[in-house]
Order: sequence, then C-alpha cells, then structure tokens
Amino acid sequence: MGKTLYEKVWEAHEVRRLRSGQSQLFIDLHLLHEVTSPQAFGMLKDLGLKVRYPHRTFATVDHIVPTHDRTEPFQDPLAQSMLEALRQNTREHGITFFDLGSGDQGIVHVIGPQLGLTQPGMTIACGDSHTSTHGAFGAVAFGIGTSQVRDVLATQTLAAQKLKVRRINIEGKLAPGVYAKDVILHIIRHLGVKGGLGYAYEYGGSAVEAMDMESRMTLCNMSIEGGARIGYVNPDETTFAYLEGRPYSPKGAEWEEAKRRWRSFASDPDAHYHDVVTFRAEEIPPTVTWGINPGQAVPIDGRIPLLEELPEEERPVAEEALAYMGLRPGQPIQGVPVQVAFIGSCTNARLSDLREVARFLKGHRVKKGVRALVVPGSEWVAKRAEEEGIAEIFREAGFEWRNPGCSMCLAMNPDRLEGDELAASSSNRNYKGRMGSPRGRTVLMSPLMVAAAAVAGEIADAREVFGILTR
Amino acid sequence: MLEKITLIRGRAVPLRGEDIDTDRIIPARFMKALTFEGLGQYLFYDERFDEKGQPKPHPLNDPRYQGASLLLVEAGFGSGSSREHAPQAIKRAGFKAIIGESFAEIFFGNATAIGLPCVTLSPEDLAALFQAVERDPSLEVEVDLLAKEVRFGDRTAPLAIPEPAREALVAGLWDPIGELLQAGELLDAFDRKLPYPRRSE
Repeated sequence: MGKTLYEKVWEAHEVRRLRSGQSQLFIDLHLLHEVTSPQAFGMLKDLGLKVRYPHRTFATVDHIVPTHDRTEPFQDPLAQSMLEALRQNTREHGITFFDLGSGDQGIVHVIGPQLGLTQPGMTIACGDSHTSTHGAFGAVAFGIGTSQVRDVLATQTLAAQKLKVRRINIEGKLAPGVYAKDVILHIIRHLGVKGGLGYAYEYGGSAVEAMDMESRMTLCNMSIEGGARIGYVNPDETTFAYLEGRPYSPKGAEWEEAKRRWRSFASDPDAHYHDVVTFRAEEIPPTVTWGINPGQAVPIDGRIPLLEELPEEERPVAEEALAYMGLRPGQPIQGVPVQVAFIGSCTNARLSDLREVARFLKGHRVKKGVRALVVPGSEWVAKRAEEEGIAEIFREAGFEWRNPGCSMCLAMNPDRLEGDELAASSSNRNYKGRMGSPRGRTVLMSPLMVAAAAVAGEIADAREVFGILTR
Repeated sequence: MLEKITLIRGRAVPLRGEDIDTDRIIPARFMKALTFEGLGQYLFYDERFDEKGQPKPHPLNDPRYQGASLLLVEAGFGSGSSREHAPQAIKRAGFKAIIGESFAEIFFGNATAIGLPCVTLSPEDLAALFQAVERDPSLEVEVDLLAKEVRFGDRTAPLAIPEPAREALVAGLWDPIGELLQAGELLDAFDRKLPYPRRSE
C-alpha cells in the first residue's frame, strides 16, 4: 500500500519514540517572530541551553510593527521592547534576522516561501498557528506554542503525535471572481470549525492542481480555522517553478537533486486516507462570513441562516454571533454597511492578491466614510507593488498604502477597529474582538470582495461591482 | 523532576459556549509582554470587563466560583491562535485542569506541556457535570488520571485523554524538554543528513 506525503515526511524525520508514545520529530526549518519567542529564549537561558542549530532558524518581526510610521523608538514602548528582545536574542545565538528595512522583513508566512526557505518534504515549525501555510509546498508545517519553540531552539525537535489524513478534493474549474479564499471558507463552512480535529488536510483535485502557489498558500493557511493543525498540497511542477531561483533555493547540480528528492515525497497514487471529501469547484460561490467563527459563512448572494435551519448544537453560537454582529436571521448578507476595509494578513497579502485586486480596482473609488487599508505582506511585496504601479492604483482609489506587517488581522500594532465598527477583511479570523476593539466586527472574504465592499460601502458581490462576467 | 499529575480535586467553574477561541481567552493586546507572568489577571478580559474596566456578569467574576481549580468547558475549546499565553493565563489564574467535550489541537498540546491536563467527557456526562456544578457551586469534583475517571456527587464518569498525554502527565514527563535533550548525538546525525536552506545569490 502506498503512503501519503504526511507519512513519508514523518518517517524521514522521526528521531525516535518517546516514553509517552509520542514521536520525537526533527524540524528542518524553524521560523521565529517577536510575540511567541521571547519567553522561549527566557526558558532557554534559565535551563542554561543554547540554540542547537542556528543555521536552521530564521526570524522576522511582524505582529507588533506599526504600518504607518516605523520610526524607532516606536510610540508603543512594549512593541519596541519586543523588537529589541528579538534583535538581542538572534544576535546572541547567531540566528539570521530579517529586520525592518532589510528588504526581506515581512509576515513570517509570507517571507518563508518568498525567500525559498520553505521547501517540499520539510518539517517546519513556528510559534504561530498559520504555519500551516507552508504546507502549500508539500511541507509538514506545525503551528506551535512557546514551550515548543523552546524545545525546537534547544533540540531542533518536537514531541508530536501522528494525525490521521483527510484528502480534500476540489474537482473542476473555479468560476470567475472565485478565489482560493472562497474555496477554504466553503470547505470550513461545510466541514465545520471542529471538522479537522485529529486530521491533517491534504488538498488535491484538478482545481487545486491548477492553482498557483500563492493560492495554495491561502488554502493551506486557513486549515487551522477548520480545526486541522496541518494542511498541505503535494509538490508538483508548479511548486518547483515557484522555487527556482529564490535566494534560499538549491542551485546548480543541487537543484536537480532537490527536485528528484522533493518529487519522492508526494503521496502515492494508492495511498490510504482515513477520510476523503470531494467538492465541485463550479459549485463554490464567493463566500463571506456573517458570524464570530470562520465556519459561519454564506454565499455572497445568500442569506444569514434562520436558527431553525441550523443543527441544534450550532444554534447557541449562532444566536451569540447574531447578537454580537448586530445581524438578523434570514437577512441578506449583501448590503450590510462596512466602515473599514482591510487587505492584508498572512492569508491574503501576497503580490498576486494585490495584483488581482488592482486589475479590477483601477478607476474605482472607495466610498466616502470607509477607512480602507492595504498592508502588503512583506517589504519585497511592497517594493514590487510600487514598481508595478499597483500601489498607485490603490492610493488613487482611496486606500491607505501601508508598510508590511500583520496589522489589523490581530491588531497588536496601532491599526485597529474602533467601537463596533464592521470591517470587510481579507484576514483569517472573525472572532469577537479580534481586530482590536472588544466590540469590533469582522467579515472575512477574498481580497477582491474587500475591495468591492470598500467601493460599495457595504458587503457586495465583487462580480457585480467590477463587472466580472460569470458566464 | 516534574510533578506527577495524577489526581486533581477541587471546585469547578462552568464556562458555557462552543468554539471558544484563544483570542477570547486572552485578547492579543495582552500578549505585548516578554514573559508570561501576570497573565492570569487578563484571562477572558473582554468577556469579564467592559471598556471602562468595570466587571460584567461572568462565571469567573461570580463570587460563588472564586477559588475553583477546575474549568468546565464545552466543545472546540481553545481554537484559533497557537498562543501559549492562553493556557498560561488559565494556569496562572489558578486552574489545575480543564474538563470539556473537545479541545483544539495546539491548545491541547500547549496545555499538556505546562502540566495543565485537558480531559473530555461524553456529552451526557459533561451535561450532568455542568448542571451539578451550576446547582451547587461548592460541589467537589475529582479528575483522576490514573483511574481515568471524573467523580462528582454520586456519579463516576469515564474520562478520555490521548494516551501519550496521560502517560506524560502521570509519569511527570509532561514537559518533554529533558527527554528531547537525551537524543544527543542522534540529533547531529539528522542535522547532517537533512538539507537546510542556504542563501546564494
């Protein structure tokens, strides 16, 4: 019987079994950022330990970075102290740090792939749940907590327990105006926010094979919102073409050898899956959330469900969500006024996201009264977007063009909602208070749909706002 | 040597709601800190306090539940962010174990690694436990990881917890760092064998 990529990567990295029955798993690549690492370095110091393999460890700063004025010291002394701590810790331990202004700083899950650090067949860990993003390359990538960050720093290993694998097929062709973000919101809507507990998600099928790498990253990025800690796509020619020539990609003779090795990790045709789920691409609409978790979503031309249409166990959370969001059961989601539009985050702040929005946004204006922000995923993305004229299109439309970082997605920097403002957001979480105001409201959608909401001043169908032909 | 966590006995706080995410457990703004110290006071901050810092009705503000050491939750607890700040805040607020219907993966791992067991009961037993505690907040509840059961009143409910996590807790191996370090030279063999990214431009 064949094996899945997950099993192959696991076996290639299992150092030994621990007494508890867990595996000790070697981690090829460890990514750090400023929020979840300082305590880990503190623990390391208390234990008198060093970073075991600094050449496998890379750091950047993203969560707390102001996107407006990055002059140091930052206005927020706590944010400044976190940046200083990361500088100090990486210097002391000989870790490569992509600092502000280096040209390579950005959201950790944007820069890893962009630099070619993320490669197929790897195990990757980072103290951030969206580490699942790197699975787009056929890596097994774990979001971990701070004690585990310490474990990886000290030993380059994790104590881990093997998951089951669910294959999720998306077959067919996505309709115009429908993106990877809609696909993953559709999957979570149908399988639920707890549906992935105990599973790694392997995404495949003709629609996924046709996706570019950045779309695959968006898909894998939100695996965690579906309850799956891991999401991945098998490596193929699209993967290799993306990686070729990147700063940290293998070069010369090593390149051919790497491709041969990477290909060998792909799931075998006769691999066994614990579960298989198939969706038809043509049936996936532009999808937006209406509630307080990413599974509470509807098609853009749909209505918020009536309570009696929901399974009984979902009703209490639905009632809570409606009260929080100020929405009514049965209400169309289109037409709900928005005060803020945010394009950014590790889900959707890559160059292809910005290019696609700019292509349609040109000549449109953000509705008066809407605060619209674009926060590119990295310094590299920002620079390219400036060079290509994308930044200018956003500015002319009335968007604020900001410096790279996580920004409003979780609002650890000065960008945040005020009061009960409602944001159309390309980020990944619509939890209560997620965007920095305890009463702030988030509606998740694709970047193009955020642009449509900004232009319309309300939740709108991008296909109508931008005249995208659906037939 | 770590403490062997075998039996936790105490009163419980019932915290209703499914899919309670880590942003709710500890809002992101309280993660602007270099240590985990003091996080206990921010546990469920936005649910417990209004924008002026005045307490709101919440089980954790309810005098009847003060001093409880067990947290009762429903399904999907700890979803979302990987922030260890969430279980750290729970532990630092004085809780010794969490009883629920299901837990998010990363949250479960983080909690176990700091010696905070997360155990599950069947929906029926959990409902009975919620009701019993809400009826009588002084009720004593026992989480027995050796006998694999939760006991309250005259009821004994079988608990579930992944075996490796249970093993680690009861054997005092819940923080795996000591055992991971023992791999020693074996790690160097893997480091030599497995390629790592190198910059060349």
